[in-house]
Amino acid sequence: MENLELERIASQVRRDILRMVSDVNSGHPGGSLGCADFLTLLYFEVMNYNPKDFTMDGKNEDLFFLSNGHISPVWYSVLARAGYFSVADLGTFRKLSSKLQGHPSTDKKLPGIRMASGSLGQGLSVAIGAALTKKLNGDKSLVYCLHGDGELQEGQIWEAAMYASANKVDNVIATIDYNGRQIDGDVETVLSLGNLGQKWQAFGWEVLEMNGHDIQEMKNTVAKAQSLCGNGKPVVIIMKTEMGQGVDFMMGSHKWHGVAPNPEQLANALGQLEETLGDY
Amino acid sequence: MKEFEILGNKDTRSGFGEGLAELGRTNENVVALCADLTGSLKMDAFLKENPERFFQVGIAEANMMSLAAGMTIGGKIPYTGTFANFSTGRVYDQIRQSIAYSQKNVKICASHAGLTLGEDGATHQILEDIGMMKMLPNMTVIVPADFNQTKQATIAIAEHNGPVYLRFGRPVMPIFVKPDAKFEIGKADVLTEGTDVTIIACGHLVWKSIEAAKELEAEGISVELINMHTIKPLDVQAILKSVQKTKCVVTAEEHMMNGGLGDSVAQVLAQNYLAPQEYVAVNDSFGESGTPMELMTKYGIDTADVVNAAKKVIARKNA
Repeated sequence: MENLELERIASQVRRDILRMVSDVNSGHPGGSLGCADFLTLLYFEVMNYNPKDFTMDGKNEDLFFLSNGHISPVWYSVLARAGYFSVADLGTFRKLSSKLQGHPSTDKKLPGIRMASGSLGQGLSVAIGAALTKKLNGDKSLVYCLHGDGELQEGQIWEAAMYASANKVDNVIATIDYNGRQIDGDVETVLSLGNLGQKWQAFGWEVLEMNGHDIQEMKNTVAKAQSLCGNGKPVVIIMKTEMGQGVDFMMGSHKWHGVAPNPEQLANALGQLEETLGDY
Repeated sequence: MKEFEILGNKDTRSGFGEGLAELGRTNENVVALCADLTGSLKMDAFLKENPERFFQVGIAEANMMSLAAGMTIGGKIPYTGTFANFSTGRVYDQIRQSIAYSQKNVKICASHAGLTLGEDGATHQILEDIGMMKMLPNMTVIVPADFNQTKQATIAIAEHNGPVYLRFGRPVMPIFVKPDAKFEIGKADVLTEGTDVTIIACGHLVWKSIEAAKELEAEGISVELINMHTIKPLDVQAILKSVQKTKCVVTAEEHMMNGGLGDSVAQVLAQNYLAPQEYVAVNDSFGESGTPMELMTKYGIDTADVVNAAKKVIARKNA
């Protein structure tokens, strides 16, 4: 898909995110906006999957796990725009009896979701587990997962990182949303990750870096990551992003991590994002 | 009273090991994960015969639980193995989110449960695990009574699609369940029929209750003994049918009084049929080092405690 077309989809995804969280005055717009370009790329360019016949087992499909479940709005929008369910369902986000729970879940059977997430730090282990089963099944497709940078403060992430390299789980590509922000402030201030690339290297992973808002650079980097799969090492991409990307007053701060824009702020934000595919 | 032939003496964890080994031969989807306790969990046979389906995760139980949850995606049936303490309390959130809430077909197999792991002491003697696990929606909780029943349950849960907590232990105990008995999840075993008192037990306390029932029968007290191997879903009909006849009940378990089998039975009685109940369970206390049998005596979950509880509850009924 042309870069321009992917950017147009991402613009609509950002509109969806803002309208969803504003509608219920809750949810997490900052990280969602920051990962809109990446998730659009994954679902409209990178992964092979069957949105019309969703199965939990996902055999011979690429799988995606969102470990930082609080950025559910971006995932829901991309899943809907990719055809997993009706875009009209986006209007039910966080409302009573909705399949679009505040954090992703499987128990209301939303197509596209294979694991609940929200309590942080579990998704890397889950992705590695799914990758192990793919190997047992002789299934050559890949497993992708996304993590917040603050989430890397959870110890389980490093249990999983150690396991994957020690056991040559080389069919998983993890991406870190490295926006440098978390609820209480900058990651550097709250609990520094130190030299993140060196940490992953020391844990035995192939480490790539990319700008999460440059479509062409992401295409190239993800292609490189795919080419590294099957070589006995797991792959991680440290993706530099801006929390709140695409909306000027939301960028450059951690304050929009978990705060929804009010109606005036929403109008301002939507004025900065082209409606390309039609609002839900 | 019916005689219970002792068919041998073995630990329930060995029943798990044999059941898992058999599954390795009969069900290609069964995989096993272990957190550095392969020998203690008796998983060696499965490992030897199916090295490609055995996953040594090291001392990283949180990772093990979430790995297992992920492995179900694509059709595998993961059996995780570690001590009960590290199978539950240490990893409650992983089980809650990735297994129970996500309805994943993971079998959490927990050895060295309760006081009877013995000398290691309270850090390893979990007495809260049944409570934690039964509170989780979607979770099935099974506490088999002896070696044969643990083997049978290990095999049976592979056919149940959903999360299961299977609890067993370390001490060598008499085997009394027939090797060809059929294990049915959620269906209690009525071991003896009687009219004066119902005793409902699980795990190692079933054998202790058999011994207690013999003593009580010798004193002319007619005991109805139920092996409640499945704590959840609970066999409500079996409880009500028996207690409506005997009009009093003793519950016996190697677990904290709070949140165990006894509380599940009390809930059924409170909602359906009021009857006096006595608990044989650990009363709001951590354990300590000692031999398994010393600990059962000291903490009030031995044969004599079942006998005394039965006499007390009958006296309350007749008061």
